[in-house]
Amino acid sequence: MLSRVANSIYWMSRYFERAENIARFIDVNLHLILDSPVELDEQWEPLIKITGDIEHFEERYGDDATKDNVIHFLTFDRENPNSIISALTNARENARSVREIISSEMWEQINKSYFNLLGAEGESGRLDSPHDFYTNIKMQSHLFIGITDTTMSHGEGWHFARLGRLIERADKTSRILDVKYFILLPRVEDVGSPIDNIEWAALLKSASAFEMYRKKYRKIDPRKVAEFLMLDSFFPRSIHYCLMKAEESLHKITGTEPGTYRNEAERKLGRLCSELDYANIDEIISGGLHEYLDNFQTKLNLVGDAIFDTFFALTPIVEGQHNEFNGTLKGQE
Amino acid sequence: MDFNDYDTEGYYDELFEAQARPRPGTSILIDRLESLPSGDILRRQKAAEAALFNMGVTFTVYSDETGIEKIFPFDIVPRIVEPGDWKQIEDGLKQRIYALNLFIDDVYHDQKIIKDGIIPEEILYSGKCFQEQCRGINPPKGIWCHITGTDLVRDKDGKFYVLEDNLRTPSGVSYVLENRQVLKRTFPLVFEASKVRPVDDYPERLLSTLQHLTPDNTSQPTVALLTPGIYNSAYFEHSFLAQQMGIELVEGSDLVVSDGYVFMRTTKGFQKVDVIYRRIDDTFLDPTAFNPDSLLGVPGIIDVYKAGRVALANAPGTGIADDKVIYAYVPKIIKYYTGEDAILPNVPTYVCWDEKEKEHVLGNLDKYVVKAANESGGYGMLVGPHAGPKEREEFAEKIKANPRNYIAQPTVSLSRVPVIVDDHFEGRHVDLRPYVLYGEDIYVMPGGLTRVALRKGSLVVNSSQGGGSKDTWVLETVPGN
Repeated sequence: MLSRVANSIYWMSRYFERAENIARFIDVNLHLILDSPVELDEQWEPLIKITGDIEHFEERYGDDATKDNVIHFLTFDRENPNSIISALTNARENARSVREIISSEMWEQINKSYFNLLGAEGESGRLDSPHDFYTNIKMQSHLFIGITDTTMSHGEGWHFARLGRLIERADKTSRILDVKYFILLPRVEDVGSPIDNIEWAALLKSASAFEMYRKKYRKIDPRKVAEFLMLDSFFPRSIHYCLMKAEESLHKITGTEPGTYRNEAERKLGRLCSELDYANIDEIISGGLHEYLDNFQTKLNLVGDAIFDTFFALTPIVEGQHNEFNGTLKGQE
Repeated sequence: MDFNDYDTEGYYDELFEAQARPRPGTSILIDRLESLPSGDILRRQKAAEAALFNMGVTFTVYSDETGIEKIFPFDIVPRIVEPGDWKQIEDGLKQRIYALNLFIDDVYHDQKIIKDGIIPEEILYSGKCFQEQCRGINPPKGIWCHITGTDLVRDKDGKFYVLEDNLRTPSGVSYVLENRQVLKRTFPLVFEASKVRPVDDYPERLLSTLQHLTPDNTSQPTVALLTPGIYNSAYFEHSFLAQQMGIELVEGSDLVVSDGYVFMRTTKGFQKVDVIYRRIDDTFLDPTAFNPDSLLGVPGIIDVYKAGRVALANAPGTGIADDKVIYAYVPKIIKYYTGEDAILPNVPTYVCWDEKEKEHVLGNLDKYVVKAANESGGYGMLVGPHAGPKEREEFAEKIKANPRNYIAQPTVSLSRVPVIVDDHFEGRHVDLRPYVLYGEDIYVMPGGLTRVALRKGSLVVNSSQGGGSKDTWVLETVPGN
């Protein structure tokens, strides 16, 4: 597969997943506000902090982090490279450049999602029923993933799509969990109170994890919630699950035996995955949840860089070095 | 909706012999259209447009910062070509492409046609399309023009004429294939009853044409389509054809020349490429051989091509045969190489390079369409009868300054086809671009792109200037025969 094509498929998938997760960020806050007692102030600024775009936001909106401004910045602002509309536009541009590789059904779905979003933007600039809107974005993404799984051969291209999606998802689940640090930083007197429980439940819901959590642990316990979203090996949005499956795809692409590595991407991802295999939630919390997550995001970025260097970077050709195709070539001369 | 008030206004109409009298091959279609409630036709038109939009058969109009995507306007009433007319088109195009290929090969080798005084030497070298770098090249199997789109028009007298040849990188065939998909859904019953010749095997035939060029000793050739990238206006077509053929779609930066071969960069290293269907112009192909500023092409690819280690379709240099001045000589070219008269005539053409013809053109600018020799897409044109005196004067200066670059033709009253306008049908002018493949033999796709001038009275069918398209049905037999 062409390096450029692999790169575009990887990013197509990452960007669509990103759009979905931004919708999740906003949705968790909308839920919290509806569930909160009156005296709790609406907090919107932390949403921008967790996406890492606070400086960019302040340049454009000052320190006026109102609900409308934040929602606009994260949803329809084309100047913000991490808004839903930018992510979907990028997903679609990448898809357009590999239309001959992905299935027509995938292309049509990504195209429809994009035009749906443009339609929603066009009406008034204000969303009348934001919950429906963000739920719809999530469903469009699920549909795209389903169509991808059922219409595209599970070969190299599909594994690059899955790799991109899972790395993006692991990163965003870690950020969703980090919301608790920024927004829900518990006041001592609130720990274990009904408000605290509501907030943790909202967090689980934003990762579509509430029902699955209930089945496993029943009672809402902050420690267990963190464990579920980080370390569970069966729940498809937990960080551990994402990395396990990402590693599986990486090894399918290269053909390297599991548990070994032949390039930096495999080494870095393998090590990060092992850390989570043997992690313990009590140790993580006693060392500081936010610090742990922050550190995790840095390491995950390094995995992304290594994937780029290994598969996508256009290295100059060295005379006489054509990797595995060299033999074939020499045979013809 | 019915055709009772449909007026052919004295033009040749592709569907009607005369008012309310459909041609033999079109009566099934006309009966069906008239039997549908009018709301139904409009509903089908809308459904067809929506299908094209969802399939992403669009081009982007950049009016402000954000591009607006539009479908290439499309009218669901098909244009029908009867078997007898098609036979003449098919024979004529085969003859024409065969002769043009011999011509291109000759001008890059012995130039017998010049030595024998059929074409003035000066015309060959004064145009922009003769590529000095291609002299002496022997392309695989002796074929230069693998893919051609020839524009035909039908005049008042019902005869077909060749308007121009496109031998560089003709586009539009993807619309033909997609339009057909949509029309099969739109009028399944008429389609079935009309015995329409299929076009869907075009990608398969194109692939065979390309594989036929494979350099020797390669049993599993890698074929790739080279595109300028997603911002090119024909990008949809590049991607569509690569997908339909199951070949790699590459950009210049994906390819690299090393050890005398062309390779593409893959996730597993460098892989040799054997045949390239290039959809970028000659001068952008190789910055070391042509335009040094081009970032689109592949440095060194022409040397690999000359050494016969990669095939390029169309071969670099074919553009010499679609220079509009050379076009004027095509009937003589056909006669010279085949000994036959041209089956499809040219539109009568004056070459301003010739002093006498130039004077005639300058004296009659209000009667002629004047075209620049090397432009396409309807640019660099003067439509004399519609132009003002000032415009004609300015154009006269251009002709005097560079007579080699201009030809003139009388305006042809292009034939017409009904299109849906609000709640009724009106006639609009059309041309026809069939596609010709030259591989093991010469194949003419039965159909082609019918372009429609959607603006009332307009003769300009280019998509950049208000044109649209229609499906073209070539009938196997005329019903009842």
